[in-house]
Amino acid sequence: MHTFDVLVIGGGHAGVEAACAAARMGARTGLVSFDLDAIGAMSCNPAIGGLGKGHLVCEVDALDGVIGKAADAGAIHYRMLNRSKGSAVWGPRVQADRTLFKAEVQKIVRAQANLTLIEGEAAALSLEGGRVAGLELADGTLLEAPRVILCTGTFLGGVLFRGEERFEGGRVGENAATRLAEQLRGAELPMARLKTGTPPRLDGRTIDWVSLDEQPSDDEDWTLSALTRARTNPHIFCAITRTTQASHDTIRANLHRSPLFSGAIDAAGPRYCPSIEDKIHRFGDRDGHQVFLEPEGLNTHLVYPNGISTSLPVDVQQDMLRAMPGLANVEMVVPGYAVEYDHIDPRALTPDLQVRAIPGLYCAGQINGTTGYEEAAAQGLIAGLEAAGAELGREIPPLDRANSYIAVMIDDLTLQGVNEPYRMLTSRAEYRLRLRANNASTRLTPLGMKAGCVGEERRTWFAAREEMREVVSACFATSISAKDLFNHGFAVRRDAGDKPISEWIRHEGVSLEGLSHWLSDIEGVDKALIAEVAEDAAYEPYLARQEAELRDLRASEAMSLPADFPYDEVSGLSNEMIERLSTAKPTTLAAAGRIPGITPAALSALLVQARRWQRAA
Amino acid sequence: MSAEPATIFAVSTGLPPAAIGVIRISGPKAGDALRALAGRDFEPRRASLVQLRDAAGAVLDEALVLWFPGPHSATGEDCAELHCHGGRAVLAAVSSALTAIEGLQPAEEGEFTRRAFVNGRIDLAEAEGLADLLEAETELQRAAAMTNVSGLLSGTVEGWRSTLLALSAQIESLIDFSDEDDVAETPEGFDGQLINLAQEIGQFLDRPRSDVLKQGFRVALAGPPNSGKSTLFNALVEKDAAITSSIAGTTRDVIERAVAISGVPFSFVDTAGLRGEGVESIEALGIERAHAEFEIADVVLWLGGQGEGPQGAWEVAPKSDVDEFRAKSGTAWAVSAVTGEGVDLLKRALIDAAGKTIPKPGEVALNQRQHMRLSEAYAALLGAQRQGDLLLVGEELRAARLGFDRLIGRATTEDMLDALFGRFCIGK
Repeated sequence: MHTFDVLVIGGGHAGVEAACAAARMGARTGLVSFDLDAIGAMSCNPAIGGLGKGHLVCEVDALDGVIGKAADAGAIHYRMLNRSKGSAVWGPRVQADRTLFKAEVQKIVRAQANLTLIEGEAAALSLEGGRVAGLELADGTLLEAPRVILCTGTFLGGVLFRGEERFEGGRVGENAATRLAEQLRGAELPMARLKTGTPPRLDGRTIDWVSLDEQPSDDEDWTLSALTRARTNPHIFCAITRTTQASHDTIRANLHRSPLFSGAIDAAGPRYCPSIEDKIHRFGDRDGHQVFLEPEGLNTHLVYPNGISTSLPVDVQQDMLRAMPGLANVEMVVPGYAVEYDHIDPRALTPDLQVRAIPGLYCAGQINGTTGYEEAAAQGLIAGLEAAGAELGREIPPLDRANSYIAVMIDDLTLQGVNEPYRMLTSRAEYRLRLRANNASTRLTPLGMKAGCVGEERRTWFAAREEMREVVSACFATSISAKDLFNHGFAVRRDAGDKPISEWIRHEGVSLEGLSHWLSDIEGVDKALIAEVAEDAAYEPYLARQEAELRDLRASEAMSLPADFPYDEVSGLSNEMIERLSTAKPTTLAAAGRIPGITPAALSALLVQARRWQRAA
Repeated sequence: MSAEPATIFAVSTGLPPAAIGVIRISGPKAGDALRALAGRDFEPRRASLVQLRDAAGAVLDEALVLWFPGPHSATGEDCAELHCHGGRAVLAAVSSALTAIEGLQPAEEGEFTRRAFVNGRIDLAEAEGLADLLEAETELQRAAAMTNVSGLLSGTVEGWRSTLLALSAQIESLIDFSDEDDVAETPEGFDGQLINLAQEIGQFLDRPRSDVLKQGFRVALAGPPNSGKSTLFNALVEKDAAITSSIAGTTRDVIERAVAISGVPFSFVDTAGLRGEGVESIEALGIERAHAEFEIADVVLWLGGQGEGPQGAWEVAPKSDVDEFRAKSGTAWAVSAVTGEGVDLLKRALIDAAGKTIPKPGEVALNQRQHMRLSEAYAALLGAQRQGDLLLVGEELRAARLGFDRLIGRATTEDMLDALFGRFCIGK
């Protein structure tokens, strides 16, 4: 008999973070995977990060997660998206060599204390009195654990589509998955169907690179993980091509053969990342769509053409590709396809990602209706922390919409549900001015240290950084007179008085670089830290304006609503409101207020009733 | 994180003038405020008669003061009550002295009740009653939306809000969906739409406010003793004017009449009562009051020597019927209260002036709270125009959206409580 505190099923991005986070908390953790060597595989595009997604990666890293370190270890191309805009919406994105990425994940997972890797097929949950007691493997092995985290991706009813072809499939073994899936279906959890797609993979040796515009990696020195000292891998460049009128004609002539349009797939796909046939269908007037040709690694010829995920038949894919510049002779190694799958309506989960109907069972990743490695990793981290915290009787880092994208996502999922694959966006975070990718450590690492999920290396790094922050802050408090600045050639009014550096840098025409004369104390200090303190100062007036909002948010976050709150007994609520509240089961008054259709008047009525409950308790 | 709540105050009795006016103060600085005004501490729940003075030491009023330390007070916070003389100028002077104290601010509608609720000073039965009220309120709101001005207001705000949402969407899509195409400028047509929206709201803010409607257009008569103030006052309020109320203050107070002329509500104030002859201290008190009165009046009619009155006052040359009449130059009004010469012309001019500050019937008029919220949105829209960074443009637009939502009470629990208790009067 093997006994664990927490068992994680699945070795994708969610599973890896969940297992490592639970183990970092000190829980005896097991990670069950069909194929241990596949742990850390990137199933789709070879990129990590991006707009909103980069924030998630940095936040997971700040809580000592895996994805940032692995992405840095595999990075062969760096781009900071949105560079021309304010730093809060910069999106760090790297392309990673699949082999290097996976090797790093494997290294971390295998070195993780408290973590046992178990190769096997998850067959069924063992349940006792309606709650989780362990996991049964296909070979009959029984693993005991009061908490099990499902990170099984699209295993529920996954169907692959390519033109007229169909493949049943998922990433967990067929038979085994069926029983587990039956258990979930038996619990009458609300389910829905979504689709996602992938582009064909090309043989780079058949691409005419010379004829295409190059897109070089940036030459800056940022990394995704705070612990990565420097970029180490050689950088490769990508190339840009476009779909042409001829590609579009081919697609249009064959739209009826796409399962998306033949009616075979009717699930919702991501609006944000549509298939090429969707793009042609919806934006037919455009004369071409950009396609980024991204090499998948240093030692492979595979190229990922970003922007043309498709489920058209193989021959159509080929014709479409060959009508594009630079691809006249291209060979497909693997054609693109679409996957349709069931996901659990995440409103069936509590904010700790636990299935309300099956205590002890947690879900993280694509199974909850999200898309993307980063979203999966962040949910895995939370599920792992929560499961371990609950088992060990410890608090996990207090995350909320005002301190992390992670909490924004979990709140969105568990409260609003999804009607298309959920992807992180900066506009989902109402307090994004304070949630920068580059201040994730400052925001979250102290919370992680307090909760006990941050390892020695990062704790040491953070302590040293905080010491340096004092130095930088002191330097920024240095007062400079307007006259001095004027005399140094700055376009400021001479009578503008004395102000600290932190205020001057908000003035137009005054930049940090220009003030180097007054910054000798912090010469040689980590530039990223200086930039962070400077950005804090620059955004200060806006952050101050948000304070009242945040006070209110936190006050109503503090007003908790029990899961069995009798919404139907609250006078003044309409039937529709009662239904929405009963489905979403908000845990706080603030969460109730974020449910669409819940008016302030309804909230007042809730508040009155909630206070009554609090007193009765 | 729990920042200290602001200390609030408001006149809790009905609109002045009245025999007495009670000012309630609630919050952590209530005790400080009492010490600042009365110069000493008070025994809990005992009435004491004291002179209230402003920061400069000038006497504001002689008042009955009560001190209720929290949590066993009406609101659960430290509370104080000042029972002052009920004239408008007295209450205005005491209020402005309170405003001058750090950490004090005027209460909003229902804020005392709301604090009582938040601090658990309203019991369950009362809370239940509130829920019933709410239910009734939503019915009323629905009816209101069909017919009355508050419905017009939310309709107007909804319109702005959807324009604003469309603007936000343009910015957000540049931020979140530009992916590899990093675009730093606002989209074509955006700036123009933003300016139009801001202008529309700016004009709305310039409209007459509803509180003016309640209180009337305030006209103060001022001038040296025997300059004819009282005679003109009587001519203005008595001839053709429907007297709607006439409560004179004490002898130390201003004389005030609320009348409607041609359907326009006015308050005429004669500062003559302030100019008691004889005792020095009363003289000083009177001057102080007169100044407070000039501050709050919409128009001051100055009957003294040309240019010697308060700034912006209308020059009136009284007694045009007598031999020693001193005419004034320029746009002055020559009147004779005795013959009635010029009085009607002056009235007509006052009605015209009032028409510009008083909302027309059926027109949407903002109250003070609504004006404040809409001003927040307006400021943010102006801010958005000044930003070069799309991120900050987005943030300003978000702040504007929040202003709208707070205005119509649908943003946060704070606003929800505002919406709930906003139906009460200020000072309740």
